[in-house]
Amino acid sequence: MDATFFVNVISAGLLTGLVYGLMALGLSVIFGVMRVVNFAHGDMMVVAMYAAFLLFTKLGIEPVPALPLVAGGLFVVGYLLQRFLINHFLGVTEHIQFLLLLSVAMIITNVVLMVFGPDARNIQLDASFESYNLGWLVLDKVRVIAAFTAGGVAALLWAFFRYTTTGTAIRACADNPVGARVVGLDVEKLYAITFGIGTACVGAAGCLLLLLVDVHPHLSSDYTLLGFIIVILGGLGSLGGALLGGILVGLSEALSGVLIAPSLKSMFSFGLLILVLLLRPQGILGKKP
Amino acid sequence: MSDNATSLSASRTITRRQFTTAAAAGALVTTTGLPLRSARAATPLKLGVLLPRSGHLALIGQACQRGAEIGLPMLRDMGYSVELMNADTESNPDVGRTQAEKLIREGANMLMGCFDSATTLAVAGVAEQKGVPFVVNIASEPKLTEQGFKYVFRNFPSAGMLGKGGLLLYKDIFAATGVTPKTAVLLHINDSFGMAMLGGINALMPKLDMPFQIVETIAYDPKARDLSIEVAKAKAAKADFVMTVTRLNDAILLVREMVKQQVETMGIISPGAPGMYDKQFFKALGKYAEYCTTNVPWFDPKQEMAKTLEKTFEKAFPEESCDLNVGFTFEAVLIAADAHKRAGSNDPQALTEALRATNLSKRAMLGGAIKFEANGQNMNLISAAVQNLGGKPTVTLPAASAEAKPVFPMPPFKGRS
Repeated sequence: MDATFFVNVISAGLLTGLVYGLMALGLSVIFGVMRVVNFAHGDMMVVAMYAAFLLFTKLGIEPVPALPLVAGGLFVVGYLLQRFLINHFLGVTEHIQFLLLLSVAMIITNVVLMVFGPDARNIQLDASFESYNLGWLVLDKVRVIAAFTAGGVAALLWAFFRYTTTGTAIRACADNPVGARVVGLDVEKLYAITFGIGTACVGAAGCLLLLLVDVHPHLSSDYTLLGFIIVILGGLGSLGGALLGGILVGLSEALSGVLIAPSLKSMFSFGLLILVLLLRPQGILGKKP
Repeated sequence: MSDNATSLSASRTITRRQFTTAAAAGALVTTTGLPLRSARAATPLKLGVLLPRSGHLALIGQACQRGAEIGLPMLRDMGYSVELMNADTESNPDVGRTQAEKLIREGANMLMGCFDSATTLAVAGVAEQKGVPFVVNIASEPKLTEQGFKYVFRNFPSAGMLGKGGLLLYKDIFAATGVTPKTAVLLHINDSFGMAMLGGINALMPKLDMPFQIVETIAYDPKARDLSIEVAKAKAAKADFVMTVTRLNDAILLVREMVKQQVETMGIISPGAPGMYDKQFFKALGKYAEYCTTNVPWFDPKQEMAKTLEKTFEKAFPEESCDLNVGFTFEAVLIAADAHKRAGSNDPQALTEALRATNLSKRAMLGGAIKFEANGQNMNLISAAVQNLGGKPTVTLPAASAEAKPVFPMPPFKGRS
């Protein structure tokens, strides 16, 4: 195997990793602000993938233009879920929260199964079979589109938290919820907005992943697990960490597939997770508790 | 004439002795059960159909279910009488075992199923224990016919037969086209089916003196979300052609990725695995689905029954594939119904004996008349080279049943219209 082959594989891993990172960003945002572990994360992404699938097959809207619609829809779902359900469970023991979100996950999976059946669905754009041929580097067109869009969405999210009043208020809630309440912030509302933003990220990631992966109802558990690996690697609650974790997982999957065996790709991600937990338990960019 | 009239007239006069004799004869007949026996013969066969209609094999289980149900009107027209008692194995051998027991308790005279080998073995155990005949529609586990089961009858090749039939067809394809590649790369799913196929391929390659070498074997997980790395590795192997052992979703992912990574190869030929002949494969890949070949037991395009079944299926399920799952499940019901008709009874022993004596020359799938060996294996099964041509799976070999000539090497992906 020559160097060209490795460069091709690494670039594919990097591009996929960026989309993984966007998917995990939502999980990180929700945990970082509310300390809620969203076990329904993968299920929400599967819902987003089906929404993008329907928009394409019924209305002809391709996943990238459909992204604002799907992300907006998922924002509303997340907002309502937090406002009317999860907010009631914020003060309770963690395992009750876990059970609540696992229940939500199971309900979503089974509703999706009832509506769409067990078959895998995919969409075919003209770009689905095309590549950018840059001499010795062959880049999958949809992977490039997905990665760049993921990068753009992540940048927008960062700007939102950095430069907007709501973003600043959410960060204040994350740092000191009691203080935020004392200065008059509507913490419950901000939590609902945060959960909405987290699910909107998942919605965006779902649209982009549909370009790369076929969707079926049982995909959700895979992505929930993958999301957890990524945010733990990068550091729980860290936005940059989620992106970095995603890229690391994408790269590790690509390289382990080449160097060891493709069927052991997932094992390599778990190995990386154990290594990071041993050497830096708070994650690569995480803060010490 | 007058004699007859006399005799008729005489027969109308019933004496007390005659009445008593007739009543006694009636009572005797009733108590010996003869009328019951004839009533039983008129009773439809209650066939317990065990298939994975949910769980991870749901897609295939539902395809099989369609095969079981679509042929019922055809079987009625042929004078068979069968009722299906459906049960879902949930892709789980333990559930399959429980469901089999439940079906027998509820009156199933015979069982049929179960597509996956593990569940089929579990149900075979129940059938043996209860003495109820069991017709296997699809399952290639060799033990099913090598373990000494008395009530198991399999109308599907064992893994060994499947692998050998599939591999020998490579030679036939190369002979028919006059082009023999020297190297292959094998991409296979690493579930139990894929690993069994790999074992079979590795064992048979030297024995069958195949003209090519497998230069790289690449396994991947059944839950793989994307196969870009696998295909990149296959491309780097620079083999003449690609061998695949897939299921549907990964078959789509593989070919799509081959197109994107510009892997131009002489052909994509599977030694016998699902995926590439499926309607969804054509839908997802369009022109890139063309020329992919699978060597599998298939419909015999020359058989009237196959034509009728395919037409009926197309009409009922235009969106679905009329594939080997449909064909072999239909045939399993046909075998059961035929045995019931010949047995003239719903008695399990009579049904088992009738199954043993099966000789069905009118069938849908390729091969000679359906006949079972002493171990319950259908002895007349052959595989076909099924190539995707003109948007449909087409039998290209064996020549006697071929609808078109095999195309090898296939045209490159680039520039296909």
